[in-house]
Amino acid sequence: MSAPRKWLYVTGVLALCAWVLVPIYLIGLGAMGGRLAVFKWPKAFAPGEASFAALATFLKIEGVWNAALNSLIAASLTMLFSILLGAPAGYALARFAFRGQSAFRLLVLLTRAFPLAILALPLTVIFIRVGLYDTPFGVSLIHTALALPFAALVTASLFMGIPREYEEAAWVFGCTRWQAFRKVVLPLALPGIAAAAIFAFVISWNEVFAASVLTVRERTLTAYLLTVLSESPLHYRFAGGFILIIPSVLFIFAVRKYLFAMWGVSSK
Amino acid sequence: MAGILIDKVAKQFGNAVALQEISFTVEDGEFVALLGPSGCGKTTLLRIIAGLEVQSSGKVMIGERDVSSLKPAQRGLAMVFQNYAVFPHMTVFENVAFGLRMKGADQARVEAKVRKAAELLHIEQYLERFPAKLSGGQRQRVAVARALAVEPAVLLMDEPLSNLDALLRLEMRAELRSVLREAGTTTIYVTHDQTEAMGLADRIAVMQGGHIVQIGAPTEVYSRPATRFVGGFVGSPPMNFVNTVAASGQARLGGLTLASPVDGPIVLGFRGEDAKLTDAAGGAPFTVRVAEPMGSHLLLTGRIGDDLARVVAPPAARIAAGETLGLALDPARIVWIDPETGRTHPGA
Repeated sequence: MSAPRKWLYVTGVLALCAWVLVPIYLIGLGAMGGRLAVFKWPKAFAPGEASFAALATFLKIEGVWNAALNSLIAASLTMLFSILLGAPAGYALARFAFRGQSAFRLLVLLTRAFPLAILALPLTVIFIRVGLYDTPFGVSLIHTALALPFAALVTASLFMGIPREYEEAAWVFGCTRWQAFRKVVLPLALPGIAAAAIFAFVISWNEVFAASVLTVRERTLTAYLLTVLSESPLHYRFAGGFILIIPSVLFIFAVRKYLFAMWGVSSK
Repeated sequence: MAGILIDKVAKQFGNAVALQEISFTVEDGEFVALLGPSGCGKTTLLRIIAGLEVQSSGKVMIGERDVSSLKPAQRGLAMVFQNYAVFPHMTVFENVAFGLRMKGADQARVEAKVRKAAELLHIEQYLERFPAKLSGGQRQRVAVARALAVEPAVLLMDEPLSNLDALLRLEMRAELRSVLREAGTTTIYVTHDQTEAMGLADRIAVMQGGHIVQIGAPTEVYSRPATRFVGGFVGSPPMNFVNTVAASGQARLGGLTLASPVDGPIVLGFRGEDAKLTDAAGGAPFTVRVAEPMGSHLLLTGRIGDDLARVVAPPAARIAAGETLGLALDPARIVWIDPETGRTHPGA
């Protein structure tokens, strides 16, 4: 790479990193620094005296643990549903040629283009009628709809990466279609499927709009924090935000390899 | 052990015709090579026999059984794939044992058969390794061992040597031949490499455009090709073709006179090593353009009239580019080809 291009490249990488990392850092700073640090200007680069007091107090707020549990249930169900529904769709996309395949692929993504806000009212009405309103299960259904496109596309690229000949060899040596899938394809795809599952988990864990609309008492953590923290001092808000970020960041970091694979970038 | 009968098997992909009504038989224990350029339908035919592809019409018999509509698993055959398809998440042992385990063989039997197959292909020392730790040639051996371990009635091979480098290919070729001879397995072997087909097969089926144009013993296909295509495809250098015109049952090329089966325009086909060099007046005039010393022989490339020809000369012959020589041909070692149809005239 020539010198100017290299310079441009490095700057680009730094800018993108900063775009993500600076807000996270500032939230962390706000969460650890206590009441005074939040209002201090200019910001200290490192917290003068890091303290976990705000974080600890935050965790003692009434209902936080219940909301976290709801989040966990909703996210786990989302993970389960989106893999159970998404992986077969991904397998079909990867292995079978069918009419309208590329249109289907696009359509799967387009579901994300439909604004949730328009759906909110009818969904609420329906959920109340069928008794799904204010349950983590109901929330998980909506979150599954959000996570499904990614689950299908990530698993499709995953299955595409497994040569067809492996399956054919398994058939020739005595496997039925299902046995070949279980003995050969699944073990090879498992790490990637786990990654897709965690990605679905994170999507649900982070989602706030549908969760806020569809619950009143059985709030998920994001929805709960949104209501509680709007009346709290600023450094508690930072503490809440910080605690929300941690699992997502850790999970995404753990599965980054497979998310790169989805976009066709390899991480070495 | 079982023979194979292919009866009027045809295959279309949409509007494209891949195979047009192919019929042939493979005897029990015979080694048949399907030879042809890419896109001739040879792999499609093999996949239909394996059950990985469904024929549009016709039937496939293995032994006395009609397997046309059976799943691959029920056909009692084994296959070696072009990219080996050795399962990366299993050790070599488990790979070789795969077919046996699927058949429900007990541990002692699996153990014994795997050892035997591993011994045959010299991979005993790798049994506990994973395929990622093996070279291409070793993986190739694993794939063959996996196929032989089930002691299949029929073994199908899809260009199994094409991913190996030249030296290894030669070594594996010799080894495959002795291993398969010993096992006595009925084998169909797909390849586009005519030297592989010549060296390995009992019979070669040459395919072109979804047809079998000729099926026969390697020497027969080599010296008496059924069509101009076969002569040009089989053998290195390929057969030479010289356009000429015959009159009153004779074709003349300079000082060379040959009896031809018909009058009118005709193509003379001969192998480069069948031509004997004489002086310019005593044979067909051959103008040398390039002389390449190949070690074992001298390869001469030049022209007879307007047609390109390659002739094999003794390694010590002193021949320079630009010289005109005469070629003498043994009438028993030539073929006459109809220029319109490209088919060889029978008999002559």
